[in-house]
Amino acid sequence: MTGVNSLKRGGGWESVRKKLVKSLPYYALILLPLAYMLVFRYYPMLGAQIAFKDYKVRLGIWASPWVGMKHFNTFFKSANSWLIIKNTLVISLYSLLASFPIPIILAVCLNESNVKWFKKSVQMITYMPYFISTVVLVSMILQFTDISSGIVSQMYRLFGAQAPNVMGEVGSFRSLYVWTGVWQTMGYSAIVYLAALSGVPLDLYEAAKVDGASKMRKILSVDLPYIAPTIITLFILNAGSILSVGFEKIYLMQNNFNTPVSEVISTYVYKVGILNNSFSFSTAVGLFNSVVNLVMLLVVNQLSRRISDVSVF
Amino acid sequence: MAEMTKRAPGGALRRNRIRSRWNDRVFDGVAALILILAVLAVAYPLIYVVSASFSSTTAVMAGRVWFLPVEPSLVAYEAVFKYDSIMTGYLNSFIYMAVGTLINLVLTTLCAFCLSRKDFYGRGIVGGMVLFTMLFNAGLVPNYLLIKNLRLYDTMWAVILPGAMSAWHVILMRTYFSSSIPEELYEAAGIDGCPVWRQLTSILLPLSGPILAVIGLYCAVGIWNSYFDAFLYLSDKKLFPLQVVLRNILILNQMDMTVTADLRDMATRRGMSYLLKYAVIVVSSLPLLMIYPFVQKYFVKGIMVGSVKG
Repeated sequence: MTGVNSLKRGGGWESVRKKLVKSLPYYALILLPLAYMLVFRYYPMLGAQIAFKDYKVRLGIWASPWVGMKHFNTFFKSANSWLIIKNTLVISLYSLLASFPIPIILAVCLNESNVKWFKKSVQMITYMPYFISTVVLVSMILQFTDISSGIVSQMYRLFGAQAPNVMGEVGSFRSLYVWTGVWQTMGYSAIVYLAALSGVPLDLYEAAKVDGASKMRKILSVDLPYIAPTIITLFILNAGSILSVGFEKIYLMQNNFNTPVSEVISTYVYKVGILNNSFSFSTAVGLFNSVVNLVMLLVVNQLSRRISDVSVF
Repeated sequence: MAEMTKRAPGGALRRNRIRSRWNDRVFDGVAALILILAVLAVAYPLIYVVSASFSSTTAVMAGRVWFLPVEPSLVAYEAVFKYDSIMTGYLNSFIYMAVGTLINLVLTTLCAFCLSRKDFYGRGIVGGMVLFTMLFNAGLVPNYLLIKNLRLYDTMWAVILPGAMSAWHVILMRTYFSSSIPEELYEAAGIDGCPVWRQLTSILLPLSGPILAVIGLYCAVGIWNSYFDAFLYLSDKKLFPLQVVLRNILILNQMDMTVTADLRDMATRRGMSYLLKYAVIVVSSLPLLMIYPFVQKYFVKGIMVGSVKG
């Protein structure tokens, strides 16, 4: 009788135990990855509690005294905070707007090309900068914009103009950051769209041809709608990181002249936390950043599910 | 629109056809132009770096290099290969890359294999845990304290372990496993009494060459090119990977002047250090750019696996 009941309910503790025992071999295999994840990903999340504490090296993470929202209040009351948040938002929005459409245009053009070797070479060359490290990319920027011998100054001089001190002025920093990023990733990002475009069913093209559609028409009415889910998915992922500008490149590009626009949350967290040893304060700023990113991702994901039925999870 | 053309008289229809063919030709021209511009924009800076590195100091400083090397010379390369810290950096980066990629592959395969099996009770929870690490990050300081507390600071493990398993790679690999390895294979093996770990080594591994190549390459390139962990967790110069050495030379201008010591005046020294940087850029990017044409198709494949289902 009890056996029948537990079958009906599809479980009970006894059956859970049985399933667990049956899965033991899997747990043996996943032990290492799981332990890794707990130590290197989840333990630091517990460590993030020092955002609400006054961390003392002597006392450690757990024994340091609680101070509630003190560090968050300090951050939001400081004169810097809004400037840093603004800088982060401006740079990542600018990046998003500039680096989003270009790979799509590139992929559509590649898809239209019928000459195989040309198509392959274009793909191969535009994909290449993706393999260049951030350090090398930034040093290329510095070399090229060198005021006396850089190629950029050389070009200005060719037209008889005064060479600008690109790295020495605030105004050009954002564009330099964003467009070199586009330069580095456009070929890589185009591949995803190209893969999606290669899946367009041929009969759609044939139908368009019968209707006498021009190539432009065909792209607007067949290609783009077909790859729309891919576009939306990538947009969600990008929008989720709207408040995170990666540390590596921007930190390397920073100098005394451009900090008014180049100081973003990640560089600020590093400077305050590691260089000034304000561990708790820095953790609070970082935590604020992570939470905003998570919320953004979930919101955009929900919105997109409502509007277009496409969502990442 | 189709109906409109049907109703239109014959002459107008032909005119439409001709106009649309003309439009298509304009379109093809514009598309080709965009592609050519993209190629030029990407290739020119790269060609310029290589050409400059093979030119003479005076030609580079005077701005006479435009496309091909001017007054070809190898002075910059001679200096680079005499530069000890670059060579140490090379060696360190190579070790970190090899060990790191191996650990990455082992952890990712184990995790993805278990998550791809339907009879693994608890895969939902573990899978959720993996996904969550992708969405939420504890932040810089907690990770830094972890490395300090584990006493990994200033060891090679501080560079290798923080990125030893990426959630994104686990998801990529799991997608590949569950879409390309039929469940029946496991079932047949299970009936024959084949233990789970043997299913992993003799069914899964022989069938997963392509995905292992893809993930391995992603890791290798990632480790070779990253500087952040080393920059944060290392202070011992002997442990520096290439990218940190490069940062000191290229961006902080901390150049070992013994390399240029035999040059008498300031101007030549400045020229030499400027030229040296081009050679350093070439030498450090060369390994990846050389294997790139051969492995490119694996990368493309990897992106496609990922785009099947995010």
